[in-house]
Amino acid sequence: MTNKKTPPLSIENVSVAYHRKPVLRNITYQSPEGECVGIIGPNGAGKSTLIKAALGLLPLAGGKVSIYGKPYSQQRKCVGYVPQRESVDWDFPTNALDVVLMGLYGQLGWFRRPKSEHKDRALEALRKVGMESFAKRQISQLSGGQQQRVFLARALAQEAQVYFMDEPFVGVDAATEKAIVQVLHELKEQKKTVFVVHHDLQTVSEYFDSVMLLNLRLIASGATREVFTADNLQKTYGGRLAILPQTNELLSTK
Amino acid sequence: MSSIWIILTGALIASSCAFLGCFLILRRMAMLGDAISHSILPGIVIAFLVSGSRDPLPMFIGAAVFGLLCTIIIQLLRNQGVQADAAMSVSFTALFSIGIILISLFTQQVDLDLDCVLYGEIAYVPYDTWTWHGIDMGPRAMWGAGAAFLLSLIIVRLFYKQFKLTSFDPALAMAIGIPVAVFHYLLMGLVSITTVASFESVGAILVVAMLIVPAATAYLLTERLGVMLGLSVLIGTLCSICGYFLSVVLDASIAGCMTMVAGGLFALAFLFSPHQGVVTRWWIRKKLRTQI
Repeated sequence: MTNKKTPPLSIENVSVAYHRKPVLRNITYQSPEGECVGIIGPNGAGKSTLIKAALGLLPLAGGKVSIYGKPYSQQRKCVGYVPQRESVDWDFPTNALDVVLMGLYGQLGWFRRPKSEHKDRALEALRKVGMESFAKRQISQLSGGQQQRVFLARALAQEAQVYFMDEPFVGVDAATEKAIVQVLHELKEQKKTVFVVHHDLQTVSEYFDSVMLLNLRLIASGATREVFTADNLQKTYGGRLAILPQTNELLSTK
Repeated sequence: MSSIWIILTGALIASSCAFLGCFLILRRMAMLGDAISHSILPGIVIAFLVSGSRDPLPMFIGAAVFGLLCTIIIQLLRNQGVQADAAMSVSFTALFSIGIILISLFTQQVDLDLDCVLYGEIAYVPYDTWTWHGIDMGPRAMWGAGAAFLLSLIIVRLFYKQFKLTSFDPALAMAIGIPVAVFHYLLMGLVSITTVASFESVGAILVVAMLIVPAATAYLLTERLGVMLGLSVLIGTLCSICGYFLSVVLDASIAGCMTMVAGGLFALAFLFSPHQGVVTRWWIRKKLRTQI
Protein backbone atom coordinates (compact mmCIF):
# COMPACT_ATOMS: atom_id res chain seq x y z
CA MET A 1 0.00 0.00 0.00
CA THR A 2 2.80 2.40 0.85
CA ASN A 3 4.99 2.34 -2.17
CA LYS A 4 7.75 4.87 -1.65
CA LYS A 5 7.35 6.38 -5.10
CA THR A 6 3.63 7.07 -5.06
CA PRO A 7 2.67 10.10 -2.99
CA PRO A 8 0.00 9.69 -0.26
CA LEU A 9 -2.12 12.31 -1.98
CA SER A 10 -1.90 13.30 -5.59
CA ILE A 11 -4.22 15.91 -7.03
CA GLU A 12 -4.17 16.48 -10.76
CA ASN A 13 -5.90 19.45 -12.30
CA VAL A 14 -8.87 19.25 -9.94
CA SER A 15 -11.72 21.73 -10.23
CA VAL A 16 -14.86 21.78 -8.10
CA ALA A 17 -17.95 23.89 -8.68
CA TYR A 18 -21.05 24.56 -6.58
CA HIS A 19 -23.86 25.17 -9.00
CA ARG A 20 -22.01 27.14 -11.65
CA LYS A 21 -19.61 28.97 -9.45
CA PRO A 22 -16.16 27.37 -9.35
CA VAL A 23 -14.79 27.02 -5.82
CA LEU A 24 -11.56 25.28 -6.76
CA ARG A 25 -9.71 25.80 -10.00
CA ASN A 26 -7.11 23.55 -11.56
CA ILE A 27 -5.43 22.40 -8.38
CA THR A 28 -2.39 20.22 -8.99
CA TYR A 29 -0.49 18.96 -5.98
CA GLN A 30 1.70 16.06 -4.90
CA SER A 31 2.02 15.60 -1.18
CA PRO A 32 5.12 14.53 0.71
CA GLU A 33 4.87 11.38 2.83
CA GLY A 34 4.94 11.25 6.61
CA GLU A 35 4.43 14.97 7.08
CA CYS A 36 1.89 17.20 8.69
CA VAL A 37 0.52 19.47 5.98
CA GLY A 38 -1.40 22.65 6.81
CA ILE A 39 -4.06 23.78 4.36
CA ILE A 40 -4.13 27.55 4.75
CA GLY A 41 -6.29 30.22 3.17
CA PRO A 42 -9.00 32.83 3.81
CA ASN A 43 -12.68 31.99 4.41
CA GLY A 44 -14.32 30.68 1.26
CA ALA A 45 -10.96 29.75 -0.26
CA GLY A 46 -12.13 26.17 -0.75
CA LYS A 47 -10.06 24.51 1.99
CA SER A 48 -12.83 22.23 3.25
CA THR A 49 -13.98 21.73 -0.32
CA LEU A 50 -10.53 20.42 -1.20
CA ILE A 51 -10.69 17.86 1.60
CA LYS A 52 -14.23 16.82 0.68
CA ALA A 53 -13.26 16.50 -2.97
CA ALA A 54 -10.29 14.32 -2.00
CA LEU A 55 -12.63 12.09 0.02
CA GLY A 56 -15.13 11.77 -2.80
CA LEU A 57 -17.81 13.64 -0.84
CA LEU A 58 -18.23 16.16 -3.66
CA PRO A 59 -18.30 15.53 -7.40
CA LEU A 60 -15.27 16.87 -9.26
CA ALA A 61 -15.90 19.23 -12.17
CA GLY A 62 -12.64 17.99 -13.59
CA GLY A 63 -9.35 16.34 -12.72
CA LYS A 64 -8.32 13.36 -10.66
CA VAL A 65 -7.47 12.60 -7.04
CA SER A 66 -5.43 9.58 -6.05
CA ILE A 67 -4.43 8.21 -2.67
CA TYR A 68 -1.23 6.21 -2.99
CA GLY A 69 -1.75 6.02 -6.72
CA LYS A 70 -5.29 4.67 -6.66
CA PRO A 71 -8.70 6.34 -6.65
CA TYR A 72 -10.09 7.06 -3.20
CA SER A 73 -12.90 4.51 -3.57
CA GLN A 74 -10.27 1.73 -3.52
CA GLN A 75 -8.33 3.24 -0.65
CA ARG A 76 -11.05 4.05 1.88
CA LYS A 77 -9.50 1.85 4.54
CA CYS A 78 -6.24 3.77 4.61
CA VAL A 79 -7.87 7.19 4.97
CA GLY A 80 -9.13 8.76 8.20
CA TYR A 81 -11.43 11.76 8.29
CA VAL A 82 -12.17 14.34 10.98
CA PRO A 83 -15.13 16.48 9.82
CA GLN A 84 -15.85 19.93 11.20
CA ARG A 85 -17.32 19.67 14.66
CA GLU A 86 -20.41 21.69 13.70
CA SER A 87 -21.25 19.27 10.89
CA VAL A 88 -23.10 16.90 13.21
CA ASP A 89 -25.90 17.11 15.76
CA TRP A 90 -24.32 16.64 19.19
CA ASP A 91 -27.73 16.03 20.76
CA PHE A 92 -27.77 12.64 19.06
CA PRO A 93 -28.54 9.96 21.69
CA THR A 94 -25.15 8.29 21.96
CA ASN A 95 -21.98 8.38 24.06
CA ALA A 96 -18.35 9.18 23.33
CA LEU A 97 -17.22 5.55 23.04
CA ASP A 98 -19.98 4.85 20.56
CA VAL A 99 -18.94 7.77 18.36
CA VAL A 100 -15.36 6.50 18.33
CA LEU A 101 -16.63 3.02 17.42
CA MET A 102 -18.25 4.57 14.35
CA GLY A 103 -14.74 5.02 12.97
CA LEU A 104 -14.51 1.24 12.75
CA TYR A 105 -17.75 0.71 10.85
CA GLY A 106 -15.91 0.79 7.54
CA GLN A 107 -13.69 -2.10 8.57
CA LEU A 108 -16.63 -4.06 9.96
CA GLY A 109 -18.22 -4.33 6.54
CA TRP A 110 -21.94 -4.65 5.91
CA PHE A 111 -23.18 -6.98 8.61
CA ARG A 112 -20.61 -7.43 11.38
CA ARG A 113 -21.19 -5.70 14.67
CA PRO A 114 -18.54 -4.15 16.88
CA LYS A 115 -17.13 -6.67 19.38
CA SER A 116 -15.08 -6.24 22.54
CA GLU A 117 -11.81 -6.08 20.57
CA HIS A 118 -13.23 -3.09 18.68
CA LYS A 119 -14.31 -1.51 21.96
CA ASP A 120 -10.77 -1.92 23.25
CA ARG A 121 -9.44 -0.18 20.17
CA ALA A 122 -11.94 2.63 20.59
CA LEU A 123 -11.00 3.02 24.27
CA GLU A 124 -7.33 3.08 23.32
CA ALA A 125 -8.04 5.86 20.83
CA LEU A 126 -9.92 7.79 23.51
CA ARG A 127 -6.97 7.35 25.86
CA LYS A 128 -4.63 8.86 23.26
CA VAL A 129 -6.63 12.08 23.31
CA GLY A 130 -7.03 12.02 27.09
CA MET A 131 -10.75 11.24 27.01
CA GLU A 132 -10.93 7.70 28.38
CA SER A 133 -12.75 8.80 31.52
CA PHE A 134 -15.51 10.32 29.36
CA ALA A 135 -16.17 7.13 27.35
CA LYS A 136 -19.69 6.66 28.74
CA ARG A 137 -20.57 10.36 28.70
CA GLN A 138 -23.48 11.47 26.53
CA ILE A 139 -21.91 13.53 23.74
CA SER A 140 -24.04 16.64 24.29
CA GLN A 141 -22.57 16.89 27.81
CA LEU A 142 -19.04 17.29 26.47
CA SER A 143 -17.43 20.68 25.93
CA GLY A 144 -16.61 21.79 22.41
CA GLY A 145 -12.97 20.84 22.85
CA GLN A 146 -13.87 17.44 24.25
CA GLN A 147 -16.20 16.83 21.32
CA GLN A 148 -13.34 17.67 18.99
CA ARG A 149 -11.11 15.17 20.77
CA VAL A 150 -13.79 12.48 20.41
CA PHE A 151 -13.80 13.15 16.67
CA LEU A 152 -10.01 12.93 16.64
CA ALA A 153 -10.15 9.63 18.56
CA ARG A 154 -12.64 8.32 16.02
CA ALA A 155 -10.19 9.03 13.21
CA LEU A 156 -7.32 7.45 15.19
CA ALA A 157 -9.41 4.31 15.67
CA GLN A 158 -9.58 4.04 11.88
CA GLU A 159 -5.82 3.33 11.97
CA ALA A 160 -5.35 4.97 8.61
CA GLN A 161 -2.24 5.99 6.65
CA VAL A 162 -3.54 9.37 5.52
CA TYR A 163 -5.65 11.69 7.66
CA PHE A 164 -7.78 14.65 6.67
CA MET A 165 -8.79 16.99 9.48
CA ASP A 166 -11.20 19.84 8.86
CA GLU A 167 -10.43 22.73 11.22
CA PRO A 168 -9.71 20.66 14.34
CA PHE A 169 -8.23 23.67 16.15
CA VAL A 170 -11.22 25.98 15.81
CA GLY A 171 -12.81 27.02 19.10
CA VAL A 172 -11.03 24.51 21.33
CA ASP A 173 -9.55 24.95 24.79
CA ALA A 174 -5.82 24.80 25.57
CA ALA A 175 -5.95 21.19 26.79
CA THR A 176 -7.54 20.07 23.55
CA GLU A 177 -5.08 22.02 21.46
CA LYS A 178 -2.26 20.31 23.31
CA ALA A 179 -3.87 16.91 22.81
CA ILE A 180 -4.28 17.51 19.08
CA VAL A 181 -0.65 18.63 18.69
CA GLN A 182 0.45 15.56 20.61
CA VAL A 183 -1.57 13.32 18.29
CA LEU A 184 -0.13 15.05 15.21
CA HIS A 185 3.38 14.35 16.53
CA GLU A 186 2.58 10.70 17.16
CA LEU A 187 1.09 10.27 13.70
CA LYS A 188 4.18 11.82 12.17
CA GLU A 189 6.42 9.45 14.10
CA GLN A 190 4.43 6.59 12.64
CA LYS A 191 5.18 7.99 9.15
CA LYS A 192 1.55 8.89 8.56
CA THR A 193 0.52 11.84 6.46
CA VAL A 194 -1.89 14.35 7.94
CA PHE A 195 -3.70 17.20 6.19
CA VAL A 196 -5.11 19.85 8.49
CA VAL A 197 -7.33 22.74 7.45
CA HIS A 198 -6.04 25.54 9.62
CA HIS A 199 -6.93 29.16 10.33
CA ASP A 200 -4.52 30.47 12.87
CA LEU A 201 -1.50 31.85 11.01
CA GLN A 202 0.42 32.35 14.27
CA THR A 203 0.84 28.63 14.82
CA VAL A 204 1.46 27.47 11.24
CA SER A 205 5.26 27.30 11.46
CA GLU A 206 5.03 25.52 14.77
CA TYR A 207 2.57 22.80 13.73
CA PHE A 208 3.21 22.06 10.08
CA ASP A 209 6.16 20.70 8.11
CA SER A 210 4.66 21.86 4.89
CA VAL A 211 1.72 23.97 3.79
CA MET A 212 -0.71 24.43 0.95
CA LEU A 213 -1.70 28.05 0.47
CA LEU A 214 -5.10 28.07 -1.11
CA ASN A 215 -7.44 30.67 -2.49
CA LEU A 216 -9.60 29.09 -5.20
CA ARG A 217 -6.30 28.23 -6.84
CA LEU A 218 -3.24 26.72 -5.24
CA ILE A 219 -1.10 29.79 -4.56
CA ALA A 220 1.92 27.93 -3.27
CA SER A 221 2.83 24.63 -1.66
CA GLY A 222 5.92 23.10 -0.14
CA ALA A 223 8.00 23.09 3.03
CA THR A 224 6.69 25.63 5.53
CA ARG A 225 10.03 27.40 5.96
CA GLU A 226 10.27 27.98 2.21
CA VAL A 227 6.68 28.70 1.26
CA PHE A 228 5.13 30.38 4.30
CA THR A 229 6.39 33.84 3.40
CA ALA A 230 4.86 37.28 3.67
CA ASP A 231 4.87 37.49 -0.08
CA ASN A 232 2.90 34.27 -0.54
CA LEU A 233 0.49 35.17 2.24
CA GLN A 234 -0.14 38.50 0.60
CA LYS A 235 -0.98 36.62 -2.59
CA THR A 236 -3.27 34.23 -0.72
CA TYR A 237 -5.14 36.72 1.41
CA GLY A 238 -4.94 39.75 -0.85
CA GLY A 239 -5.45 42.93 1.09
CA ARG A 240 -7.43 41.19 3.78
CA LEU A 241 -4.52 40.21 5.97
CA ALA A 242 -4.50 42.80 8.71
CA ILE A 243 -2.55 40.67 11.15
CA LEU A 244 0.50 40.50 8.93
CA PRO A 245 2.66 42.94 10.92
CA GLN A 246 2.35 40.95 14.17
CA THR A 247 3.04 37.62 12.50
CA ASN A 248 6.13 38.90 10.77
CA GLU A 249 8.59 37.28 13.14
CA LEU A 250 6.81 33.95 12.67
CA LEU A 251 7.14 34.08 8.91
CA SER A 252 9.98 32.76 6.90
CA THR A 253 12.28 35.50 5.64
CA LYS A 254 13.84 33.74 2.76
CA MET B 1 -62.67 -10.19 21.74
CA SER B 2 -63.01 -7.25 19.38
CA SER B 3 -61.48 -4.86 21.89
CA ILE B 4 -58.38 -7.07 22.12
CA TRP B 5 -58.07 -7.02 18.35
CA ILE B 6 -58.38 -3.25 18.30
CA ILE B 7 -55.78 -2.79 21.03
CA LEU B 8 -53.41 -5.26 19.40
CA THR B 9 -53.76 -3.63 15.98
CA GLY B 10 -53.33 -0.20 17.50
CA ALA B 11 -50.26 -1.33 19.42
CA LEU B 12 -48.64 -2.81 16.32
CA ILE B 13 -49.35 0.32 14.28
CA ALA B 14 -48.10 2.61 17.03
CA SER B 15 -44.99 0.50 17.58
CA SER B 16 -43.98 0.22 13.95
CA CYS B 17 -44.57 3.93 13.40
CA ALA B 18 -42.71 4.92 16.57
CA PHE B 19 -39.78 2.67 15.75
CA LEU B 20 -39.15 4.34 12.38
CA GLY B 21 -40.13 7.73 13.77
CA CYS B 22 -36.99 7.65 15.94
CA PHE B 23 -34.85 7.82 12.83
CA LEU B 24 -37.05 10.52 11.27
CA ILE B 25 -36.60 12.69 14.37
CA LEU B 26 -32.86 12.15 14.55
CA ARG B 27 -32.54 13.07 10.88
CA ARG B 28 -34.66 16.17 11.46
CA MET B 29 -37.23 14.91 9.03
CA ALA B 30 -40.22 14.76 11.35
CA MET B 31 -42.50 16.31 8.76
CA LEU B 32 -41.59 13.69 6.20
CA GLY B 33 -44.10 11.31 7.73
CA ASP B 34 -46.73 13.95 7.07
CA ALA B 35 -45.55 14.27 3.48
CA ILE B 36 -45.55 10.53 2.81
CA SER B 37 -48.88 9.86 4.47
CA HIS B 38 -50.57 12.47 2.27
CA SER B 39 -48.77 11.70 -0.95
CA ILE B 40 -49.89 8.06 -1.02
CA LEU B 41 -53.50 9.12 -1.76
CA PRO B 42 -53.09 9.25 -5.59
CA GLY B 43 -51.30 5.88 -5.42
CA ILE B 44 -54.30 4.33 -3.71
CA VAL B 45 -56.78 5.88 -6.13
CA ILE B 46 -54.77 4.85 -9.21
CA ALA B 47 -54.32 1.32 -7.86
CA PHE B 48 -58.05 1.16 -7.30
CA LEU B 49 -58.84 2.43 -10.81
CA VAL B 50 -56.37 0.04 -12.45
CA SER B 51 -57.21 -3.09 -10.47
CA GLY B 52 -60.90 -2.27 -10.12
CA SER B 53 -60.96 -3.79 -6.68
CA ARG B 54 -60.16 -2.97 -3.10
CA ASP B 55 -57.69 -5.82 -2.83
CA PRO B 56 -55.01 -4.83 -0.39
CA LEU B 57 -52.05 -5.80 -2.58
CA PRO B 58 -52.51 -3.39 -5.52
CA MET B 59 -53.46 -0.61 -3.09
CA PHE B 60 -50.38 -1.36 -1.08
CA ILE B 61 -48.10 -1.27 -4.12
CA GLY B 62 -49.68 1.93 -5.47
CA ALA B 63 -49.34 3.64 -2.11
CA ALA B 64 -45.77 2.51 -1.55
CA VAL B 65 -44.77 3.68 -5.04
CA PHE B 66 -46.21 7.15 -4.45
CA GLY B 67 -44.72 7.36 -0.98
CA LEU B 68 -41.29 6.71 -2.45
CA LEU B 69 -41.99 9.01 -5.40
CA CYS B 70 -42.72 11.80 -2.93
CA THR B 71 -39.39 11.31 -1.12
CA ILE B 72 -37.54 11.20 -4.44
CA ILE B 73 -39.15 14.46 -5.59
CA ILE B 74 -38.29 16.06 -2.26
CA GLN B 75 -34.68 14.92 -2.56
CA LEU B 76 -34.40 16.17 -6.16
CA LEU B 77 -35.78 19.59 -5.23
CA ARG B 78 -33.42 19.83 -2.27
CA ASN B 79 -30.42 18.92 -4.39
CA GLN B 80 -31.37 21.75 -6.72
CA GLY B 81 -31.25 24.23 -3.87
CA VAL B 82 -34.90 24.41 -2.76
CA GLN B 83 -35.19 24.70 1.03
CA ALA B 84 -35.93 21.42 2.79
CA ASP B 85 -39.30 22.39 4.30
CA ALA B 86 -40.46 24.13 1.13
CA ALA B 87 -39.45 21.12 -0.99
CA MET B 88 -41.46 18.89 1.32
CA SER B 89 -44.59 21.02 1.37
CA VAL B 90 -44.57 21.54 -2.40
CA SER B 91 -44.20 17.83 -3.19
CA PHE B 92 -46.77 16.35 -0.88
CA THR B 93 -49.47 18.96 -1.37
CA ALA B 94 -49.10 18.54 -5.14
CA LEU B 95 -49.42 14.76 -4.92
CA PHE B 96 -52.26 14.92 -2.40
CA SER B 97 -54.20 17.31 -4.62
CA ILE B 98 -53.72 14.94 -7.57
CA GLY B 99 -55.32 12.28 -5.40
CA ILE B 100 -58.26 14.55 -4.55
CA ILE B 101 -58.75 15.50 -8.22
CA LEU B 102 -58.70 11.83 -9.22
CA ILE B 103 -61.31 11.00 -6.58
CA SER B 104 -63.57 13.82 -7.68
CA LEU B 105 -63.15 12.92 -11.38
CA PHE B 106 -63.97 9.27 -10.90
CA THR B 107 -66.55 9.59 -8.13
CA GLN B 108 -68.75 6.99 -9.81
CA GLN B 109 -66.07 4.34 -9.98
CA VAL B 110 -64.22 5.22 -6.82
CA ASP B 111 -65.90 4.11 -3.68
CA LEU B 112 -63.30 5.68 -1.41
CA ASP B 113 -64.32 7.56 1.65
CA LEU B 114 -62.03 10.57 2.00
CA ASP B 115 -62.93 10.86 5.67
CA CYS B 116 -61.75 7.31 6.14
CA VAL B 117 -58.49 8.08 4.34
CA LEU B 118 -57.85 11.10 6.54
CA TYR B 119 -59.16 9.93 9.88
CA GLY B 120 -59.37 6.15 9.58
CA GLU B 121 -61.62 3.97 11.67
CA ILE B 122 -59.88 1.49 13.85
CA ALA B 123 -63.20 0.43 15.37
CA TYR B 124 -64.04 -1.43 12.14
CA VAL B 125 -60.77 -3.36 12.19
CA PRO B 126 -62.15 -6.53 13.85
CA TYR B 127 -64.86 -6.93 11.15
CA ASP B 128 -62.40 -7.14 8.26
CA THR B 129 -60.70 -10.43 9.02
CA TRP B 130 -58.24 -12.55 7.16
CA THR B 131 -59.30 -16.12 6.53
CA TRP B 132 -56.51 -18.56 5.87
CA HIS B 133 -57.33 -22.14 4.89
CA GLY B 134 -60.75 -21.61 6.35
CA ILE B 135 -59.39 -20.46 9.68
CA ASP B 136 -60.22 -17.00 10.96
CA MET B 137 -56.81 -15.47 11.61
CA GLY B 138 -58.01 -12.18 13.06
CA PRO B 139 -58.11 -8.67 11.56
CA ARG B 140 -56.34 -8.08 8.26
CA ALA B 141 -55.11 -4.67 9.42
CA MET B 142 -53.39 -6.30 12.37
CA TRP B 143 -51.48 -8.67 10.10
CA GLY B 144 -50.59 -5.79 7.77
CA ALA B 145 -49.24 -3.64 10.60
CA GLY B 146 -47.50 -6.65 12.13
CA ALA B 147 -45.80 -7.53 8.85
CA ALA B 148 -44.66 -3.93 8.36
CA PHE B 149 -43.29 -3.84 11.90
CA LEU B 150 -41.46 -7.14 11.45
CA LEU B 151 -39.94 -5.96 8.17
CA SER B 152 -38.72 -2.73 9.79
CA LEU B 153 -37.29 -4.65 12.75
CA ILE B 154 -35.39 -7.06 10.50
CA ILE B 155 -33.97 -4.39 8.20
CA VAL B 156 -33.01 -1.97 10.97
CA ARG B 157 -31.49 -4.83 12.98
CA LEU B 158 -29.41 -5.96 9.97
CA PHE B 159 -28.18 -2.48 9.11
CA TYR B 160 -28.31 -0.89 12.55
CA LYS B 161 -24.83 0.62 12.38
CA GLN B 162 -25.43 2.00 8.89
CA PHE B 163 -28.71 3.63 9.91
CA LYS B 164 -27.06 5.05 13.01
CA LEU B 165 -24.03 6.48 11.23
CA THR B 166 -25.95 7.89 8.26
CA SER B 167 -28.26 9.61 10.76
CA PHE B 168 -25.49 11.01 12.93
CA ASP B 169 -22.70 11.83 10.50
CA PRO B 170 -23.55 11.31 6.83
CA ALA B 171 -20.22 12.79 5.70
CA LEU B 172 -18.20 10.14 7.55
CA ALA B 173 -20.63 7.45 6.40
CA MET B 174 -20.03 8.49 2.81
CA ALA B 175 -16.27 8.70 3.34
CA ILE B 176 -16.05 5.14 4.63
CA GLY B 177 -18.10 3.88 1.71
CA ILE B 178 -21.61 3.46 3.12
CA PRO B 179 -24.13 4.23 0.33
CA VAL B 180 -25.90 7.04 2.22
CA ALA B 181 -28.59 7.52 -0.44
CA VAL B 182 -29.47 3.82 -0.43
CA PHE B 183 -30.12 3.89 3.30
CA HIS B 184 -32.07 7.13 3.00
CA TYR B 185 -34.42 5.54 0.46
CA LEU B 186 -34.53 2.27 2.38
CA LEU B 187 -35.75 4.17 5.43
CA MET B 188 -38.22 6.15 3.33
CA GLY B 189 -39.45 2.91 1.77
CA LEU B 190 -40.04 1.46 5.23
CA VAL B 191 -41.85 4.62 6.32
CA SER B 192 -44.03 4.40 3.19
CA ILE B 193 -44.90 0.75 3.80
CA THR B 194 -45.63 1.36 7.48
CA THR B 195 -47.75 4.39 6.67
CA VAL B 196 -49.75 2.44 4.11
CA ALA B 197 -50.25 -0.45 6.49
CA SER B 198 -51.42 1.94 9.22
CA PHE B 199 -53.42 4.66 7.60
CA GLU B 200 -56.45 2.54 6.82
CA SER B 201 -56.94 2.03 10.53
CA VAL B 202 -55.86 5.32 12.04
CA GLY B 203 -55.97 7.65 9.03
CA ALA B 204 -53.31 9.72 7.32
CA ILE B 205 -53.28 12.46 9.94
CA LEU B 206 -52.96 10.24 12.98
CA VAL B 207 -50.21 8.22 11.32
CA VAL B 208 -48.12 11.36 11.53
CA ALA B 209 -48.80 11.59 15.25
CA MET B 210 -47.84 7.95 15.75
CA LEU B 211 -44.68 8.40 13.70
CA ILE B 212 -43.46 11.37 15.68
CA VAL B 213 -45.00 11.73 19.15
CA PRO B 214 -43.89 8.46 20.83
CA ALA B 215 -40.43 8.78 19.28
CA ALA B 216 -40.14 12.39 20.43
CA THR B 217 -41.18 11.28 23.94
CA ALA B 218 -38.56 8.51 23.95
CA TYR B 219 -35.93 11.02 22.79
CA LEU B 220 -36.56 13.07 25.92
CA LEU B 221 -36.19 10.07 28.21
CA THR B 222 -32.90 8.50 27.16
CA GLU B 223 -29.44 9.19 25.83
CA ARG B 224 -28.93 5.92 23.97
CA LEU B 225 -30.27 5.18 20.51
CA GLY B 226 -31.00 1.51 21.30
CA VAL B 227 -32.95 2.46 24.42
CA MET B 228 -34.77 5.18 22.49
CA LEU B 229 -35.97 2.64 19.91
CA GLY B 230 -37.16 0.25 22.63
CA LEU B 231 -38.84 2.98 24.66
CA SER B 232 -40.65 4.39 21.62
CA VAL B 233 -42.17 0.95 20.94
CA LEU B 234 -43.19 0.67 24.59
CA ILE B 235 -44.74 4.14 24.54
CA GLY B 236 -46.55 3.32 21.30
CA THR B 237 -48.04 0.22 22.88
CA LEU B 238 -49.03 2.17 25.98
CA CYS B 239 -50.78 4.75 23.77
CA SER B 240 -52.83 2.00 22.17
CA ILE B 241 -53.91 0.39 25.45
CA CYS B 242 -54.65 3.59 27.36
CA GLY B 243 -56.14 5.23 24.28
CA TYR B 244 -58.60 2.40 23.81
CA PHE B 245 -59.86 2.50 27.37
CA LEU B 246 -60.04 6.28 27.31
CA SER B 247 -62.17 6.05 24.18
CA VAL B 248 -64.49 3.57 25.92
CA VAL B 249 -64.86 5.92 28.87
CA LEU B 250 -65.38 9.00 26.71
CA ASP B 251 -67.26 7.12 23.99
CA ALA B 252 -65.10 8.93 21.46
CA SER B 253 -62.85 8.20 18.46
CA ILE B 254 -60.33 5.48 19.33
CA ALA B 255 -57.54 6.79 17.11
CA GLY B 256 -58.12 10.29 18.49
CA CYS B 257 -57.86 9.04 22.05
CA MET B 258 -54.69 7.09 21.28
CA THR B 259 -53.10 10.22 19.89
CA MET B 260 -54.23 12.23 22.86
CA VAL B 261 -52.61 9.73 25.22
CA ALA B 262 -49.43 10.02 23.12
CA GLY B 263 -49.60 13.81 23.50
CA GLY B 264 -50.17 13.46 27.23
CA LEU B 265 -47.19 11.14 27.65
CA PHE B 266 -45.06 13.59 25.67
CA ALA B 267 -46.13 16.42 27.96
CA LEU B 268 -45.19 14.33 31.01
CA ALA B 269 -41.77 13.54 29.55
CA PHE B 270 -41.28 17.18 28.61
CA LEU B 271 -41.96 18.25 32.18
CA PHE B 272 -40.42 15.41 34.20
CA SER B 273 -37.75 13.75 32.06
CA PRO B 274 -34.77 12.85 34.30
CA HIS B 275 -32.28 14.94 32.28
CA GLN B 276 -34.15 17.43 30.15
CA GLY B 277 -37.48 17.86 31.93
CA VAL B 278 -38.51 21.46 32.53
CA VAL B 279 -39.70 20.76 36.07
CA THR B 280 -36.74 18.46 36.80
CA ARG B 281 -34.24 21.12 35.81
CA TRP B 282 -36.07 23.75 37.84
CA TRP B 283 -36.03 21.40 40.84
CA ILE B 284 -32.29 20.72 40.43
CA ARG B 285 -31.54 24.44 40.16
CA LYS B 286 -33.61 25.14 43.26
CA LYS B 287 -31.83 22.43 45.21
CA LEU B 288 -28.45 23.79 44.11
CA ARG B 289 -29.40 27.29 45.19
CA THR B 290 -30.43 26.18 48.69
CA GLN B 291 -27.16 24.25 49.00
CA ILE B 292 -25.17 27.34 48.14
